[in-house]
Amino acid sequence: MTKHVLCAARELAVGEHRVFDVDGRSIGVYNVGGEFLAIRNRCPHQGGPLCEGVQVGALISEEPGTYIYDRPGEVVRCPWHAWEFDLRTGTSWFDPEHQRVKFYEVQVLTGEDVAGLMPPRPGMLPGPYRAEIVPVSVEDAYLVIDVGHIPKG
Amino acid sequence: MADAEPLIDCDVHNALADDGALGPYMPQAWRDRREALTYLPTEFRNVRENLGDRSYIGAEYPRPTPRASRVDAWPPDGGAPASDLDFTRAQLLDRWNVEYAVLNPLLGIGEMLNLELAAVMARAANDWLVDQWLDPEPRFRGSIVIPYEDAVWSAGEIDRVAADDRFVQALMLSRTIEPMGRRRYWPIYEACERNGIPLGIHNGGWGGHPMTPTGFPTFYLEDAAAMALAFQAQITSLICEGVLHRFPRLRIVLIEGGFAWLPSLMWRLDRAWEKLRVEVPHLDVPPSVLVRERFWFSTQPMEETEHPHQFGELIEDLDMSDRILFSTDYPHWDFDSPNAALPPRLDTGLRHKILHDNAAALYALPAVSPAND
Repeated sequence: MTKHVLCAARELAVGEHRVFDVDGRSIGVYNVGGEFLAIRNRCPHQGGPLCEGVQVGALISEEPGTYIYDRPGEVVRCPWHAWEFDLRTGTSWFDPEHQRVKFYEVQVLTGEDVAGLMPPRPGMLPGPYRAEIVPVSVEDAYLVIDVGHIPKG
Repeated sequence: MADAEPLIDCDVHNALADDGALGPYMPQAWRDRREALTYLPTEFRNVRENLGDRSYIGAEYPRPTPRASRVDAWPPDGGAPASDLDFTRAQLLDRWNVEYAVLNPLLGIGEMLNLELAAVMARAANDWLVDQWLDPEPRFRGSIVIPYEDAVWSAGEIDRVAADDRFVQALMLSRTIEPMGRRRYWPIYEACERNGIPLGIHNGGWGGHPMTPTGFPTFYLEDAAAMALAFQAQITSLICEGVLHRFPRLRIVLIEGGFAWLPSLMWRLDRAWEKLRVEVPHLDVPPSVLVRERFWFSTQPMEETEHPHQFGELIEDLDMSDRILFSTDYPHWDFDSPNAALPPRLDTGLRHKILHDNAAALYALPAVSPAND
Protein backbone atom coordinates (compact mmCIF):
# COMPACT_ATOMS: atom_id res chain seq x y z
CA MET A 1 0.00 0.00 0.00
CA THR A 2 1.41 3.37 -0.96
CA LYS A 3 -1.40 5.70 0.09
CA HIS A 4 -1.21 7.21 3.55
CA VAL A 5 -3.72 9.32 5.43
CA LEU A 6 -1.95 12.38 6.83
CA CYS A 7 -4.50 14.43 8.74
CA ALA A 8 -7.86 16.10 8.43
CA ALA A 9 -7.73 18.75 5.72
CA ARG A 10 -8.95 21.45 8.11
CA GLU A 11 -5.89 20.89 10.31
CA LEU A 12 -3.68 22.49 7.66
CA ALA A 13 -4.90 26.03 7.05
CA VAL A 14 -4.05 28.17 4.03
CA GLY A 15 -0.43 29.35 4.30
CA GLU A 16 0.53 26.61 6.73
CA HIS A 17 2.72 23.60 6.25
CA ARG A 18 3.60 20.57 8.30
CA VAL A 19 6.21 17.84 8.11
CA PHE A 20 4.95 14.23 8.24
CA ASP A 21 6.81 10.99 8.64
CA VAL A 22 5.35 8.81 5.92
CA ASP A 23 6.64 5.27 6.03
CA GLY A 24 10.12 6.44 7.07
CA ARG A 25 10.22 9.37 4.67
CA SER A 26 10.08 12.93 5.94
CA ILE A 27 7.67 14.87 3.73
CA GLY A 28 6.50 18.47 3.97
CA VAL A 29 2.89 19.21 3.02
CA TYR A 30 1.92 22.80 2.18
CA ASN A 31 -1.47 24.46 1.89
CA VAL A 32 -0.94 27.04 -0.85
CA GLY A 33 -4.14 28.98 -1.34
CA GLY A 34 -6.25 25.89 -0.63
CA GLU A 35 -4.15 23.57 -2.78
CA PHE A 36 -2.09 20.92 -1.06
CA LEU A 37 1.48 20.44 -2.32
CA ALA A 38 4.03 18.02 -0.94
CA ILE A 39 7.81 17.62 -1.27
CA ARG A 40 10.48 15.51 0.32
CA ASN A 41 12.02 17.18 3.39
CA ARG A 42 15.60 16.67 2.23
CA CYS A 43 17.59 19.00 0.03
CA PRO A 44 19.45 17.14 -2.74
CA HIS A 45 22.43 19.46 -2.27
CA GLN A 46 23.80 18.59 1.18
CA GLY A 47 20.79 16.98 2.84
CA GLY A 48 19.46 20.02 4.69
CA PRO A 49 15.94 19.85 6.18
CA LEU A 50 14.34 21.59 3.23
CA CYS A 51 10.88 22.08 4.72
CA GLU A 52 12.29 24.05 7.66
CA GLY A 53 13.20 26.74 5.13
CA VAL A 54 11.14 29.81 4.37
CA GLN A 55 8.28 29.68 1.91
CA VAL A 56 8.57 32.48 -0.63
CA GLY A 57 7.43 33.49 -4.09
CA ALA A 58 9.28 33.24 -7.37
CA LEU A 59 11.29 36.42 -7.80
CA ILE A 60 11.87 36.91 -11.49
CA SER A 61 13.16 39.68 -13.69
CA GLU A 62 12.48 40.35 -17.36
CA GLU A 63 15.45 42.64 -17.64
CA PRO A 64 17.98 44.13 -15.22
CA GLY A 65 16.24 46.54 -12.89
CA THR A 66 12.79 44.95 -13.01
CA TYR A 67 11.53 42.75 -10.21
CA ILE A 68 8.43 40.59 -10.37
CA TYR A 69 7.32 38.68 -7.31
CA ASP A 70 5.29 35.90 -8.84
CA ARG A 71 3.44 32.87 -7.44
CA PRO A 72 3.66 33.78 -3.74
CA GLY A 73 4.11 30.80 -1.45
CA GLU A 74 5.00 28.34 -4.19
CA VAL A 75 8.75 28.29 -3.64
CA VAL A 76 10.67 26.85 -0.69
CA ARG A 77 14.17 28.02 0.15
CA CYS A 78 16.48 25.54 1.92
CA PRO A 79 17.35 26.65 5.47
CA TRP A 80 21.02 25.87 4.90
CA HIS A 81 22.21 27.23 1.54
CA ALA A 82 19.04 28.90 0.25
CA TRP A 83 18.62 26.68 -2.82
CA GLU A 84 15.10 27.33 -4.11
CA PHE A 85 12.61 24.63 -5.14
CA ASP A 86 9.25 24.86 -6.88
CA LEU A 87 6.57 23.27 -4.69
CA ARG A 88 4.53 22.29 -7.76
CA THR A 89 7.26 20.38 -9.55
CA GLY A 90 10.07 19.81 -7.06
CA THR A 91 12.51 21.35 -9.51
CA SER A 92 15.27 23.67 -8.39
CA TRP A 93 15.30 27.23 -9.62
CA PHE A 94 18.81 27.19 -11.07
CA ASP A 95 18.97 23.70 -12.60
CA PRO A 96 15.48 22.24 -12.98
CA GLU A 97 16.75 19.40 -15.19
CA HIS A 98 19.27 17.94 -12.76
CA GLN A 99 18.65 19.31 -9.29
CA ARG A 100 15.22 18.42 -8.04
CA VAL A 101 13.46 17.18 -4.96
CA LYS A 102 10.81 14.45 -5.00
CA PHE A 103 7.29 15.83 -4.97
CA TYR A 104 4.10 13.96 -4.23
CA GLU A 105 0.46 14.17 -5.11
CA VAL A 106 -1.83 15.00 -2.22
CA GLN A 107 -5.49 14.05 -2.54
CA VAL A 108 -8.34 15.41 -0.49
CA LEU A 109 -10.67 12.49 0.24
CA THR A 110 -13.81 12.08 2.29
CA GLY A 111 -13.84 10.02 5.45
CA GLU A 112 -15.65 7.27 3.61
CA ASP A 113 -13.00 7.10 0.89
CA VAL A 114 -10.30 7.07 3.52
CA ALA A 115 -11.94 4.21 5.38
CA GLY A 116 -11.88 2.27 2.11
CA LEU A 117 -8.09 2.69 1.97
CA MET A 118 -7.67 0.73 5.17
CA PRO A 119 -7.85 -3.01 4.47
CA PRO A 120 -8.55 -5.42 7.34
CA ARG A 121 -5.34 -6.58 8.96
CA PRO A 122 -4.22 -9.95 7.60
CA GLY A 123 -4.63 -12.87 9.94
CA MET A 124 -7.46 -11.26 11.88
CA LEU A 125 -10.67 -13.29 11.99
CA PRO A 126 -14.06 -12.32 13.41
CA GLY A 127 -14.08 -13.45 17.04
CA PRO A 128 -16.95 -14.84 19.08
CA TYR A 129 -17.67 -11.56 20.90
CA ARG A 130 -19.61 -8.63 19.54
CA ALA A 131 -19.33 -5.13 21.00
CA GLU A 132 -22.15 -2.67 20.87
CA ILE A 133 -21.97 -0.76 17.60
CA VAL A 134 -22.25 3.02 17.66
CA PRO A 135 -22.93 4.62 14.28
CA VAL A 136 -20.39 7.38 13.47
CA SER A 137 -20.87 9.73 10.59
CA VAL A 138 -17.70 10.75 8.77
CA GLU A 139 -18.11 14.16 7.21
CA ASP A 140 -14.60 15.54 7.31
CA ALA A 141 -12.14 15.62 4.42
CA TYR A 142 -8.70 14.07 4.80
CA LEU A 143 -5.32 14.61 3.17
CA VAL A 144 -4.01 11.46 1.54
CA ILE A 145 -0.57 11.14 0.03
CA ASP A 146 0.64 8.61 -2.50
CA VAL A 147 4.33 7.92 -2.02
CA GLY A 148 4.51 5.39 -4.84
CA HIS A 149 7.15 2.71 -4.94
CA ILE A 150 10.29 4.77 -4.60
CA PRO A 151 12.92 3.28 -2.33
CA LYS A 152 13.39 4.72 1.12
CA GLY A 153 16.52 6.64 1.88
CA MET B 1 24.36 9.69 14.47
CA ALA B 2 26.62 7.24 16.20
CA ASP B 3 27.67 5.77 12.86
CA ALA B 4 29.22 9.00 11.59
CA GLU B 5 33.01 8.94 11.40
CA PRO B 6 34.71 11.12 14.04
CA LEU B 7 35.69 14.53 12.80
CA ILE B 8 37.36 17.73 13.90
CA ASP B 9 35.50 20.85 12.91
CA CYS B 10 37.96 23.70 12.39
CA ASP B 11 35.54 26.61 12.09
CA VAL B 12 32.61 27.16 14.45
CA HIS B 13 31.20 30.57 15.33
CA ASN B 14 29.84 30.73 18.84
CA ALA B 15 28.04 33.95 19.68
CA LEU B 16 27.29 36.17 22.65
CA ALA B 17 23.90 35.40 24.20
CA ASP B 18 23.23 39.13 24.30
CA ASP B 19 25.14 42.37 23.93
CA GLY B 20 25.89 42.48 27.64
CA ALA B 21 27.42 39.00 27.75
CA LEU B 22 30.98 40.29 27.97
CA GLY B 23 30.09 42.79 30.73
CA PRO B 24 30.94 40.51 33.65
CA TYR B 25 34.39 39.94 32.19
CA MET B 26 35.21 43.64 31.77
CA PRO B 27 36.65 46.06 34.33
CA GLN B 28 33.99 48.23 35.97
CA ALA B 29 35.31 51.45 34.47
CA TRP B 30 34.88 50.14 30.95
CA ARG B 31 31.56 48.49 31.71
CA ASP B 32 30.13 51.84 32.85
CA ARG B 33 31.49 53.60 29.82
CA ARG B 34 30.01 51.05 27.48
CA GLU B 35 26.62 51.29 29.12
CA ALA B 36 26.69 55.08 28.82
CA LEU B 37 27.43 54.72 25.14
CA THR B 38 24.63 52.28 24.42
CA TYR B 39 21.89 54.87 24.26
CA LEU B 40 20.50 53.73 20.93
CA PRO B 41 17.36 51.62 20.58
CA THR B 42 17.88 47.95 21.33
CA GLU B 43 18.06 46.80 17.75
CA PHE B 44 21.05 49.05 17.14
CA ARG B 45 22.72 48.24 20.39
CA ASN B 46 25.72 46.48 19.12
CA VAL B 47 29.20 47.30 20.08
CA ARG B 48 30.54 48.12 16.68
CA GLU B 49 27.78 50.52 15.76
CA ASN B 50 28.02 52.34 19.05
CA LEU B 51 31.73 52.48 19.37
CA GLY B 52 32.77 52.63 15.78
CA ASP B 53 34.27 50.25 13.32
CA ARG B 54 36.24 51.06 10.24
CA SER B 55 33.44 50.63 7.77
CA TYR B 56 29.90 51.87 7.47
CA ILE B 57 26.55 50.21 8.00
CA GLY B 58 25.46 48.69 4.75
CA ALA B 59 28.92 47.71 3.62
CA GLU B 60 28.28 44.52 5.52
CA TYR B 61 25.79 43.28 2.95
CA PRO B 62 22.43 41.89 4.06
CA ARG B 63 22.82 38.12 4.30
CA PRO B 64 20.23 35.70 2.90
CA THR B 65 19.16 34.75 6.43
CA PRO B 66 19.08 36.56 9.79
CA ARG B 67 22.53 36.66 11.42
CA ALA B 68 23.82 34.85 8.32
CA SER B 69 22.73 31.65 10.02
CA ARG B 70 21.04 28.40 9.15
CA VAL B 71 17.33 28.92 9.62
CA ASP B 72 17.18 25.81 11.81
CA ALA B 73 20.04 26.95 14.08
CA TRP B 74 18.02 29.30 16.29
CA PRO B 75 17.77 27.74 19.77
CA PRO B 76 14.13 27.04 20.74
CA ASP B 77 14.56 28.93 24.02
CA GLY B 78 15.63 32.13 22.25
CA GLY B 79 19.00 33.69 21.77
CA ALA B 80 21.18 33.87 18.71
CA PRO B 81 22.42 30.82 16.77
CA ALA B 82 25.37 29.17 18.55
CA SER B 83 24.88 31.29 21.67
CA ASP B 84 23.34 28.39 23.60
CA LEU B 85 25.79 25.73 24.72
CA ASP B 86 23.30 22.86 24.98
CA PHE B 87 21.69 23.49 21.61
CA THR B 88 25.08 23.84 19.92
CA ARG B 89 26.20 20.65 21.56
CA ALA B 90 23.16 18.78 20.25
CA GLN B 91 22.92 20.27 16.76
CA LEU B 92 26.63 20.22 16.01
CA LEU B 93 28.79 18.08 18.31
CA ASP B 94 26.43 15.18 18.98
CA ARG B 95 24.69 15.20 15.61
CA TRP B 96 27.93 14.90 13.65
CA ASN B 97 30.11 12.96 16.09
CA VAL B 98 32.50 15.91 16.43
CA GLU B 99 35.57 15.00 18.44
CA TYR B 100 36.81 18.60 18.68
CA ALA B 101 35.43 21.88 17.37
CA VAL B 102 37.52 25.04 17.12
CA LEU B 103 35.56 28.11 18.20
CA ASN B 104 36.27 31.26 16.21
CA PRO B 105 34.15 34.00 17.78
CA LEU B 106 33.50 36.78 15.25
CA LEU B 107 32.82 39.64 17.63
CA GLY B 108 34.11 42.57 15.60
CA ILE B 109 36.75 43.30 18.21
CA GLY B 110 39.73 43.41 15.88
CA GLU B 111 37.97 45.97 13.72
CA MET B 112 37.07 48.54 16.35
CA LEU B 113 38.35 52.10 16.11
CA ASN B 114 38.81 52.40 19.87
CA LEU B 115 41.87 50.22 20.34
CA GLU B 116 41.92 50.48 24.11
CA LEU B 117 38.37 49.23 24.32
CA ALA B 118 39.17 46.54 21.76
CA ALA B 119 42.02 45.34 23.99
CA VAL B 120 39.70 45.22 27.02
CA MET B 121 37.03 43.40 25.04
CA ALA B 122 39.46 40.88 23.56
CA ARG B 123 40.57 40.03 27.07
CA ALA B 124 36.96 39.73 28.19
CA ALA B 125 36.11 37.58 25.17
CA ASN B 126 38.89 35.11 25.94
CA ASP B 127 37.81 34.86 29.59
CA TRP B 128 34.21 34.38 28.41
CA LEU B 129 35.39 31.61 26.05
CA VAL B 130 37.06 29.76 28.90
CA ASP B 131 34.22 30.27 31.34
CA GLN B 132 31.20 29.67 29.11
CA TRP B 133 32.51 27.24 26.49
CA LEU B 134 35.86 25.57 27.13
CA ASP B 135 35.29 24.71 30.80
CA PRO B 136 31.80 23.21 30.39
CA GLU B 137 32.51 21.30 27.15
CA PRO B 138 35.79 19.39 26.68
CA ARG B 139 35.20 18.98 22.93
CA PHE B 140 35.64 22.70 22.33
CA ARG B 141 38.92 24.39 21.52
CA GLY B 142 39.28 28.15 21.21
CA SER B 143 40.98 30.72 19.02
CA ILE B 144 42.49 33.64 20.91
CA VAL B 145 40.57 36.84 20.19
CA ILE B 146 43.06 39.67 19.66
CA PRO B 147 42.77 43.39 18.82
CA TYR B 148 45.03 42.70 15.87
CA GLU B 149 45.40 46.28 14.65
CA ASP B 150 47.44 46.82 17.79
CA ALA B 151 50.01 44.08 17.55
CA VAL B 152 51.77 44.81 20.84
CA TRP B 153 48.57 44.47 22.86
CA SER B 154 47.68 41.42 20.79
CA ALA B 155 51.00 39.78 21.59
CA GLY B 156 50.43 40.48 25.28
CA GLU B 157 47.02 38.83 25.14
CA ILE B 158 48.44 35.79 23.35
CA ASP B 159 51.09 35.49 26.06
CA ARG B 160 48.43 35.82 28.76
CA VAL B 161 46.19 32.97 27.61
CA ALA B 162 48.20 30.64 25.37
CA ALA B 163 49.52 28.63 28.31
CA ASP B 164 46.02 27.13 28.39
CA ASP B 165 46.37 24.32 25.84
CA ARG B 166 42.72 24.65 24.90
CA PHE B 167 43.57 27.84 23.01
CA VAL B 168 44.92 26.36 19.79
CA GLN B 169 45.64 29.46 17.69
CA ALA B 170 45.41 33.26 17.57
CA LEU B 171 42.79 34.72 15.25
CA MET B 172 42.97 37.54 12.71
CA LEU B 173 40.53 38.40 9.94
CA SER B 174 41.58 38.52 6.31
CA ARG B 175 40.98 42.21 5.65
CA THR B 176 43.38 44.23 7.77
CA ILE B 177 44.34 47.92 7.57
CA GLU B 178 47.64 47.04 5.90
CA PRO B 179 48.86 43.85 4.23
CA MET B 180 49.75 41.29 6.87
CA GLY B 181 53.40 41.07 5.91
CA ARG B 182 54.01 44.63 7.13
CA ARG B 183 56.08 45.36 10.20
CA ARG B 184 53.16 46.60 12.31
CA TYR B 185 51.83 43.03 12.65
CA TRP B 186 55.11 41.25 13.42
CA PRO B 187 54.69 41.16 17.22
CA ILE B 188 51.64 38.93 16.67
CA TYR B 189 53.65 36.42 14.66
CA GLU B 190 56.46 36.52 17.17
CA ALA B 191 53.99 35.76 19.97
CA CYS B 192 52.45 32.86 18.03
CA GLU B 193 55.87 31.39 17.48
CA ARG B 194 56.93 31.98 21.10
CA ASN B 195 53.84 30.16 22.34
CA GLY B 196 53.98 27.40 19.75
CA ILE B 197 50.55 28.07 18.26
CA PRO B 198 49.49 28.73 14.66
CA LEU B 199 47.97 31.96 13.43
CA GLY B 200 44.44 31.58 12.06
CA ILE B 201 43.24 34.01 9.40
CA HIS B 202 39.49 33.94 8.93
CA ASN B 203 37.57 35.45 6.03
CA GLY B 204 36.11 38.89 6.75
CA GLY B 205 37.08 42.02 8.59
CA TRP B 206 36.23 45.64 8.13
CA GLY B 207 39.73 46.98 7.97
CA GLY B 208 38.31 49.91 6.11
CA HIS B 209 38.82 48.36 2.71
CA PRO B 210 36.13 47.16 0.36
CA MET B 211 35.92 43.50 -0.57
CA THR B 212 37.43 44.14 -3.97
CA PRO B 213 40.31 46.30 -5.21
CA THR B 214 37.78 48.11 -7.40
CA GLY B 215 35.63 49.44 -4.59
CA PHE B 216 32.47 48.36 -2.81
CA PRO B 217 30.29 46.04 -4.91
CA THR B 218 26.49 46.14 -4.71
CA PHE B 219 25.41 42.65 -3.69
CA TYR B 220 26.24 40.09 -1.04
CA LEU B 221 26.68 37.56 -3.84
CA GLU B 222 29.67 39.59 -5.03
CA ASP B 223 31.02 39.76 -1.51
CA ALA B 224 30.61 36.02 -0.96
CA ALA B 225 32.28 35.17 -4.26
CA ALA B 226 35.25 37.49 -3.69
CA MET B 227 36.64 36.01 -0.47
CA ALA B 228 39.77 34.71 -2.19
CA LEU B 229 41.02 38.20 -3.07
CA ALA B 230 42.07 39.22 0.42
CA PHE B 231 43.60 35.80 1.12
CA GLN B 232 45.67 35.95 -2.05
CA ALA B 233 46.93 39.39 -1.11
CA GLN B 234 47.82 38.28 2.43
CA ILE B 235 49.67 35.12 1.36
CA THR B 236 51.63 37.16 -1.16
CA SER B 237 52.46 39.84 1.39
CA LEU B 238 53.51 37.40 4.13
CA ILE B 239 55.86 35.65 1.71
CA CYS B 240 57.33 38.72 0.02
CA GLU B 241 57.92 40.67 3.24
CA GLY B 242 59.95 37.76 4.56
CA VAL B 243 57.66 37.06 7.51
CA LEU B 244 58.06 33.32 7.04
CA HIS B 245 61.85 33.72 7.15
CA ARG B 246 61.82 36.01 10.16
CA PHE B 247 59.54 33.62 12.04
CA PRO B 248 60.65 30.22 10.80
CA ARG B 249 58.31 28.24 13.03
CA LEU B 250 55.20 30.31 12.25
CA ARG B 251 52.33 28.23 10.86
CA ILE B 252 49.33 29.89 9.24
CA VAL B 253 45.79 28.56 8.83
CA LEU B 254 43.55 30.10 6.17
CA ILE B 255 39.95 29.77 7.27
CA GLU B 256 36.87 30.09 5.06
CA GLY B 257 38.69 31.33 2.02
CA GLY B 258 38.38 28.40 -0.37
CA PHE B 259 41.44 26.80 -1.93
CA ALA B 260 40.83 26.04 -5.62
CA TRP B 261 42.57 29.31 -6.41
CA LEU B 262 45.70 28.34 -4.51
CA PRO B 263 47.46 26.31 -7.24
CA SER B 264 47.19 29.15 -9.74
CA LEU B 265 48.47 31.63 -7.14
CA MET B 266 51.50 29.39 -6.53
CA TRP B 267 52.17 29.12 -10.26
CA ARG B 268 51.89 32.88 -10.69
CA LEU B 269 54.11 33.65 -7.69
CA ASP B 270 56.79 31.18 -8.74
CA ARG B 271 56.99 32.55 -12.26
CA ALA B 272 57.14 36.12 -10.95
CA TRP B 273 59.86 35.16 -8.44
CA GLU B 274 61.99 33.67 -11.20
CA LYS B 275 62.00 37.00 -13.00
CA LEU B 276 61.89 39.46 -10.12
CA ARG B 277 63.86 37.65 -7.43
CA VAL B 278 66.36 40.50 -6.98
CA GLU B 279 63.61 42.60 -5.46
CA VAL B 280 63.17 40.07 -2.67
CA PRO B 281 66.60 38.45 -2.28
CA HIS B 282 65.63 36.97 1.11
CA LEU B 283 63.33 34.59 -0.73
CA ASP B 284 65.75 31.73 -1.18
CA VAL B 285 63.11 29.24 -2.30
CA PRO B 286 60.18 29.57 -4.71
CA PRO B 287 57.05 30.96 -3.00
CA SER B 288 55.17 27.68 -3.59
CA VAL B 289 57.65 25.91 -1.31
CA LEU B 290 56.77 28.29 1.50
CA VAL B 291 53.05 27.91 0.85
CA ARG B 292 53.28 24.14 1.05
CA GLU B 293 55.51 24.19 4.15
CA ARG B 294 53.80 26.83 6.23
CA PHE B 295 50.14 27.11 5.30
CA TRP B 296 47.07 25.06 6.14
CA PHE B 297 43.50 25.79 4.99
CA SER B 298 39.96 24.88 5.97
CA THR B 299 37.47 23.42 3.51
CA GLN B 300 34.25 25.36 3.96
CA PRO B 301 32.83 26.74 1.75
CA MET B 302 33.83 23.70 -0.29
CA GLU B 303 34.79 24.32 -3.86
CA GLU B 304 32.00 22.43 -5.59
CA THR B 305 33.43 21.68 -9.00
CA GLU B 306 31.36 21.23 -12.13
CA HIS B 307 32.54 17.65 -12.61
CA PRO B 308 33.66 15.31 -9.80
CA HIS B 309 37.00 14.45 -11.42
CA GLN B 310 37.99 18.12 -11.23
CA PHE B 311 38.20 17.89 -7.47
CA GLY B 312 40.79 15.12 -7.85
CA GLU B 313 42.79 17.30 -10.20
CA LEU B 314 42.63 20.15 -7.71
CA ILE B 315 43.97 17.94 -4.90
CA GLU B 316 46.80 16.86 -7.20
CA ASP B 317 47.64 20.43 -8.21
CA LEU B 318 47.68 21.53 -4.58
CA ASP B 319 49.94 18.73 -3.39
CA MET B 320 48.98 19.70 0.17
CA SER B 321 47.02 16.65 1.32
CA ASP B 322 48.30 17.01 4.89
CA ARG B 323 47.11 20.61 5.08
CA ILE B 324 43.40 20.41 4.31
CA LEU B 325 41.19 20.83 7.39
CA PHE B 326 37.48 20.08 7.44
CA SER B 327 35.18 22.81 8.71
CA THR B 328 31.42 23.35 8.84
CA ASP B 329 31.18 27.11 9.58
CA TYR B 330 28.32 26.27 11.93
CA PRO B 331 25.88 27.97 12.49
CA HIS B 332 26.25 30.07 9.38
CA TRP B 333 24.01 29.70 6.36
CA ASP B 334 26.76 28.33 4.13
CA PHE B 335 27.37 25.45 6.58
CA ASP B 336 29.08 22.42 5.00
CA SER B 337 27.54 19.12 5.99
CA PRO B 338 30.17 16.53 7.05
CA ASN B 339 28.45 13.70 5.20
CA ALA B 340 27.72 15.60 1.99
CA ALA B 341 30.33 18.30 1.39
CA LEU B 342 33.32 16.15 0.47
CA PRO B 343 33.06 14.40 -2.90
CA PRO B 344 31.68 10.88 -2.34
CA ARG B 345 34.42 9.16 -4.33
CA LEU B 346 37.25 10.76 -2.42
CA ASP B 347 40.02 8.32 -1.43
CA THR B 348 39.25 6.97 2.05
CA GLY B 349 42.68 7.77 3.45
CA LEU B 350 42.54 11.35 2.25
CA ARG B 351 39.00 11.71 3.51
CA HIS B 352 40.09 10.65 6.98
CA LYS B 353 42.99 13.08 6.90
CA ILE B 354 40.74 15.97 5.91
CA LEU B 355 38.02 15.14 8.40
CA HIS B 356 40.29 14.36 11.31
CA ASP B 357 44.00 13.61 11.19
CA ASN B 358 45.33 16.84 9.68
CA ALA B 359 43.68 19.00 12.34
CA ALA B 360 44.67 16.62 15.14
CA ALA B 361 48.30 16.94 14.07
CA LEU B 362 48.29 20.70 13.47
CA TYR B 363 46.64 21.60 16.77
CA ALA B 364 48.25 18.72 18.73
CA LEU B 365 44.87 17.52 19.94
CA PRO B 366 44.91 14.62 22.39
CA ALA B 367 43.59 11.35 20.98
CA VAL B 368 40.12 10.47 22.16
CA SER B 369 39.41 6.86 23.05
CA PRO B 370 36.35 5.48 21.27
CA ALA B 371 33.13 5.82 23.22
CA ASN B 372 31.92 2.64 24.89
CA ASP B 373 28.54 2.06 23.37
